Amino acid sequence: MTNSTIMDQETVQRAVTRIAHEILEKNRGIKDLCIIGIRTRGAVLAERINACIKQIEGNKAPLGILDITLYRDDLTTVDIQPIVRETLIKFDITGKKVVLVDDVLFTGRTIRSALDALIDFGRPSSIQLAVLVDRGHRELPIRADYVGKNIPTSVDQDVKVILKESDKKDDQVIVGERKKK
Amino acid sequence: MSEWTKHDLLDLQDVSRDEIELILQTAKSFKEVSARDVKKVPALRGKTVVMLFFENSTRTRSSFELAAKRLSADTINIAAGSSSVSKGESVLDTARNIEAMNVDAIIVRHSAGGVPQMLSRHLKASIINAGDGCRSHPTQALLDMFTIKEKLGRIEGLKVAIVGDIRHSRVARSNIKGLTTMGAEVTVCGPATLVPREVVSLGAKINYDIYDVIKKSDVIMPLRIQMERQEQKFLPSLREYAIRFGIDKTKLKEAKKNVIIMHPGPTNRGLELSAEVADGEYSVILDQVTNGVAVRMAILYLLLGTKEKPTEDG
Repeated sequence: MTNSTIMDQETVQRAVTRIAHEILEKNRGIKDLCIIGIRTRGAVLAERINACIKQIEGNKAPLGILDITLYRDDLTTVDIQPIVRETLIKFDITGKKVVLVDDVLFTGRTIRSALDALIDFGRPSSIQLAVLVDRGHRELPIRADYVGKNIPTSVDQDVKVILKESDKKDDQVIVGERKKK
Repeated sequence: MSEWTKHDLLDLQDVSRDEIELILQTAKSFKEVSARDVKKVPALRGKTVVMLFFENSTRTRSSFELAAKRLSADTINIAAGSSSVSKGESVLDTARNIEAMNVDAIIVRHSAGGVPQMLSRHLKASIINAGDGCRSHPTQALLDMFTIKEKLGRIEGLKVAIVGDIRHSRVARSNIKGLTTMGAEVTVCGPATLVPREVVSLGAKINYDIYDVIKKSDVIMPLRIQMERQEQKFLPSLREYAIRFGIDKTKLKEAKKNVIIMHPGPTNRGLELSAEVADGEYSVILDQVTNGVAVRMAILYLLLGTKEKPTEDG
C-alpha cells in the first residue's frame, strides 16, 4: 500500500482555526482557560491554536508545553530510555480549564500519561482534549473534545503528522503502512 | 543526539562528548522537576537504588538519595562504619549480598581507586562511581559542567582554572577529563608539591602563577585542601597557602567581569576560598548543589533504562 496524504497545509490550518472557535464557544471566551501542548507536535499545534484565539479574542491564553516521557507506562520495557525534554508550565493550573493538545489520538496511552503529569502540577477545574487527528483503536477509556479530522485506519497503518515548525516541511497528514520492525 | 547504551558510570575516560551532551540535556529537563510543588515523577517506580559509602559524604549521598527518590525509586543507605564491613567482610562480598536482594543500582564511594570498576565486572546491577580514592568522581564533574553551561551558555572554548590540591583530588581528575572532552581549556595551579605532572597527560596545562591564571580564566575552581589525605607534609603552613593561593577579593580584582567561582565542597573558609568570595556575586557554589540533584536524576534515569549487562561471573 502506498502513502496517501489525507490533509494538506490548508486543511490543517482550517482544522486548527475551527478547533480554536470550538474551544472559545464551549468555554465562553478565555477566562480561566489555558492551553498545554504535548511535545513535540502537540506543542506546535497548541501554539497555533493560541494564535487563532488571539485573532478572535484579542488576547492569548497562557500556553504550556508538557513532556510526558517520565510518565510513560512502558518505561520498564523499552530497550533504550527515550530522551526526556523539558516541561514548561510557568503558571498555576489549579482551578483552570486546561485544554490539552496533541497531534494524533490513537491508543490513548499518551493522554493517560499526560493526565497523570498534569495532576502533579495542580488541580485544574477541568481538562479537555484537542487533537488534530483521531485515528481510533483506543486501549483506554479516553475521548477527545475537539477533533480536527477523524481518520478511519487499521492498526497496522501509520499516521504521520508533519508540521512546518517542527519538521521544516509544509504541513501534511499522511497515512501509510507501518514500517516492519 | 546519541542514545545511551552504557550500564555503569565509572569514569569519564570512556564517556564520549555526545554522551556528556545527552546527560546535560537530560539533566536540564530534570531540573524543572525539582522546581515543582510535587517534586516526584514515576519514571523509576519499582527500582531499588543502594548507596554503599565506605567514605564519609553529606552532599553526594543526600544528592543521590534525593535524585533517586524524586524518580520514585526506593533507596537504602549503607555506611561502612555501621555495616558488616567492620566485621571483616570484603567489599565484593558486601556488594554481592546487597545485589542478592535484587537491587538495580549500587552507588559506591570508596577510598581506594578502582573499586567501582572491580564491582562492575562482577555484578549485574548498574554501578555508579560516587568517588573512588584520588581517581575519579564523574558525577561531580558532570554537575560542574552542567553549571558552567547554565551560567556561561557554553563549555567549548572556555578557560577553566582548577586551583589547589590537585594531587589528592578526584574532582580535579574527572573535571580535567570531562572539560577537555567538551572542548574547554583546563589549567591547574597550586603549590608544586600538590600539582602532579600526570595532569598534563590528562589534557591540562600547568601554570604556577596564580595572578596570571585568575586574569585569563572564565571559571575558577578552588579545591579543598584535603587534610585527611596529607600523609606527608606538602605545605609549609596553611596560612602561607591561604595567602599565596587562596582565592580572595584582592586576587579577583584582575579577574574577568563575568568570571564564575565554583567549589565542589566542603569548603574550608578562609583557606582555599575567602568567605567574602564564597558568598559573593561570582560564586555559583550553591547552584552546583542544586544542579547536582538534576544531573544525578539524569544519570539514574539513563543507566537504569539499559538492558542487562554481561558480567565475568556470567
